[in-house]
Formats: sequence, structure tokens, C-alpha cells
Amino acid sequence: MITLHWLYALAGAMFAVVALLSALDKANGKRLGNAAFWGLMALSLLGGDMIGNFGNGLLVLGLAGLAGFGFIGRSHPPTTSVEEREAWSGKLGNKLFLPALIIPVTALIGTLAYNYTPVGSLGWIEPKRETYVFLALGVLLALATIFMWLRPPALAPAQEGRRLLDAIGWAAVLPQMLAALGVLFAAAGVGEIIGTVTRSVIPEGSVFLTILVFAVGMALFTIIMGNAFAAFPVMAAAIGVPLLIQGYGGDPAVVGAVGMLAGFCGTLMTPMAANFNIVPAALLELKDQYGVIRAQVGTALPLLLVNVLILYLAAFR
Amino acid sequence: MNYWPLLGIALVVIGFALKFNPMLVVTVAAIVTGLLGGMDFVEVISTFGKAFNDNRIIAIVWIVLPVIGLLERHGLQQRAATLIRSLKNASTGKLLILYLLYRQVTAAIGLHSTAGHPQTVRPLVAPMALAAAERQHGKLDEATEEKVKAYSAATDNVGLFFGEDIFFAIGSIVLIQQTLATYGYNLAPLELALWAIPSAIAAFVIHGTRLVLFDRRLAK
Repeated sequence: MITLHWLYALAGAMFAVVALLSALDKANGKRLGNAAFWGLMALSLLGGDMIGNFGNGLLVLGLAGLAGFGFIGRSHPPTTSVEEREAWSGKLGNKLFLPALIIPVTALIGTLAYNYTPVGSLGWIEPKRETYVFLALGVLLALATIFMWLRPPALAPAQEGRRLLDAIGWAAVLPQMLAALGVLFAAAGVGEIIGTVTRSVIPEGSVFLTILVFAVGMALFTIIMGNAFAAFPVMAAAIGVPLLIQGYGGDPAVVGAVGMLAGFCGTLMTPMAANFNIVPAALLELKDQYGVIRAQVGTALPLLLVNVLILYLAAFR
Repeated sequence: MNYWPLLGIALVVIGFALKFNPMLVVTVAAIVTGLLGGMDFVEVISTFGKAFNDNRIIAIVWIVLPVIGLLERHGLQQRAATLIRSLKNASTGKLLILYLLYRQVTAAIGLHSTAGHPQTVRPLVAPMALAAAERQHGKLDEATEEKVKAYSAATDNVGLFFGEDIFFAIGSIVLIQQTLATYGYNLAPLELALWAIPSAIAAFVIHGTRLVLFDRRLAK
């Protein structure tokens, strides 16, 4: 049976190659930091089950330390020049979009086929994880297609992947850290505490008010922190899971998906999300650094209301 | 009841607000929350490590990067730019609505990196929107010019935020899935992506309507 461990091995191999190439990249002053950071990610994916819980904890402390104290930096792996890219783009036309399309199409068709044809009953894949398995298959198919079509150098996928991964930096690991933080919150009983407090404030049985507090809370926490990812484990532990899902029997898929999107409405309204709201104002040389946010509030507020309604109508069908 | 574990939430909020490195903020908040929840230090580190290890699936989404990088190597961003440039005869509102659609659709199939503020908004969308506004309105005063530029950037953000969650292999979807799995709700990623669609449509309708209204004001 194909399990998640196959995928961990694939991703782990990628991080290991990136770590190795980082270590050899003499042009990058922080090459050893980058190598250590991606190397720890490789170790986690390839050997996380063998180093014990405390070992994993030390690994996470290592990642946080390398990222938090500035030991990792952006690299400039060999790639094509802007002129070469223009030439390729002119030559290849819109067909360039097609290899990228292979990934979602493979994942979608694979998942549907696995769930709605007899193939699924053969039990080849770990249950509920088939989409990720087909995602990985799609990636491999896309890589094979690009190699047959464009014949790039053998190391190109690794170097181009490293270029993008280093551009993202520690932010690539943050969602996983936040999920782990959510587990800590749950273990320490944070959800129970806020759930109890909220229950004593919101009238018993008022589903709509609870949804309102959940969605607006997601948006507010996101506005303060600038990051809906960070707000989600908090609000899930506090209201989403104990009240909406367990208390009132809401559909967890709707509560999760739409709750996150309510947070995204907050992202549109906060200077804390500098990359999206402040940096573009500077890029476009706006006189008012909050100009982009001002242009977004009129979309964000009605959209937040719509998300409240979607939660109310869809999660409690 | 012991209310002290709430301090962990406060630490996250304060840490992010004061712009400390988020990786450090999260780590410190996790350790403090665990300690206040009655665990000893080794237990906290072990619990945090186990949770990180249990959530490795979130790291899997990055295996798409070599594919995207290879396509960029062969001019993917330049191709996206050409496609956007082909909208040049539209009015400001219409141009931005088409860009909103482009941004939502490409983000929904995992191509969110083909566009963005440095890649497309600054070099293409904003100048094209300004040129279209001048055709509609004549010479623009400074306030209107600012507004056209701000709407260009806003359209990019709305399109990205309310398109990307339809692509199931993205950090936010896996984060939702794993957070709910902590409480025993094992969801398939496609279920979550599916429930991102109604909000995506609403975002298109709401922001699109505002762009139509903006267009009318410009035409006056």
C-alpha cells in the first residue's frame, strides 16, 4: 500500500538535494545556514520516526533558531536570463501553462477515479490521503513532460526548486509550526478555557451569534497578527471545534475552510500583512501608504458578512 | 479553572504585532503554553516535536516548486505578462475584472506565482489601468491616479486570497486539515477546497461590482 511515508521520502529527498546544493553554493554567504535548515527538514521527512519525540523537538528548536537568528538567506542559483526567458516565452506560447496544469488535473482525476470507481476498493493507497499521492504523481508526470519537451539540464529542477524555496525561506515551514502550536494549545486545554468563557457570554443555543464571533474573531486576530494561518489554530481551539463542531454539530469541512477565508478578509484590512498591503503601496509609489487597504475595505467587509452567511447556511444544513 | 495557558495566545498576538521572527514567536508561545498547562520542559519539547512530526504532510506541498521553477526558467512569467498585455483595449474596470478572473483561476490551479505585485501589478496591470483611465476620462488628477493604482494592487490581493484555497495542495488547506485532525476530524483536502468555492464566487461578484462602479465614475 502506498502510504504517506512514500511522500515524505519524496519530499525529504528534494529537501536533501536542496541542502546539498546550498552547502556547495559558494556565492551565498549564508550557505551553511541554508544547508543546515533544509537539511533539518530533510532529516524530519526522512527520519522523523526514528529520532523520537524529544529528538524531533530539538530538531524544531534548531529550525526556529536558524530562522529566528538570521542564519538563512536568499540564494541565486544558476537559471536563465530575462532575455532568454522572453525568447522561450515567444517560442513556446501559451503551451507553457500546460505542464503546470498536469498537477491539479492528475490529482483531481485520480482522486475522483479512486473514490468513484472500483479501483479504490483495491486499497492501494492509505485512506483519505489519495489526493496527496496523486499530487505527487502529477508532479512526477509534469517533470517527465518538461524533460521530454524542453530538455533542461539534469540539475535544473533541483536548482530552480532551490531558487524558489530560498525565496520563500522559513515561511515554508511556518504553517507546519503553527499546526504544531495548535496541538500544544489543545493539549494545554486552551480550547476548553475559551469555549467555556465564550459559552458564558454568548446565549446558549445561539448558533448565529457563535458563528459571528468565530468569523469576526478570525478576521480580528488576523488583523492583529497579520496572518490568518496563525489565527486559525487559535480560533479553531477556542470556538470552531468546541462550540461550532462539537457543540452545535456543524460540518467540520465548512467551518475549517470558510473560517480560514473569514481570516483572509482580515488580511485585506491590515497593515500587518505588509507584503500584500504596504509593500505594493511603495512599489506603486502611492502617496498614501494605506491606499491599498482603503481600496480593499469595501470588498473585505461585505465578503466577511457573506462568509458568515455561508457558514450559517452550509455548515448547519 | 486554570486560565494561564491563555498567555500563549497573548504571546502569539504580541510577538506577531511586534514583528519578532514568527518561527521564534511560535516556538516560545508553544513552550510557554505547555509549561503553563502543567507539563515539564522535556514533556513540552517532546509534545511539540511529536506534533511537528505528525504534521509533516504540510511540507509535502513544496514538491511542486521544481516544476514551477522549471517553467519559470522557460519564460512562464513572461508568458503570463504577454497574456495580461493582450487585455490592453479594455476600460479600467473591465481590465481589472479580467485580471481578477485571471488571478483567481490561475491561483485555483496552483499557479499563484505567475502573478503578484512585483511580477505583474507594478510593470503591467497598474500602467495599463492608468492608460485606460486616461482614455476614458482624459488627464487624471492625482487623487484619481492614486485610486487607479490602489485598485490595481487590491484586485491582485482579492484574486489571490480567494482563488488559492481552491487549490488543495496549499499551506492553508493542509493547515486546516491537520488542525482539525488534532481533534479527530479526518477530512479530505478536496472537501476543504470545495468549500472555498462559494467564497471565491462571492469575492468575484463583490469586487467585480465595485470595479464596475469605479469604471462608471471614471467615465464621467
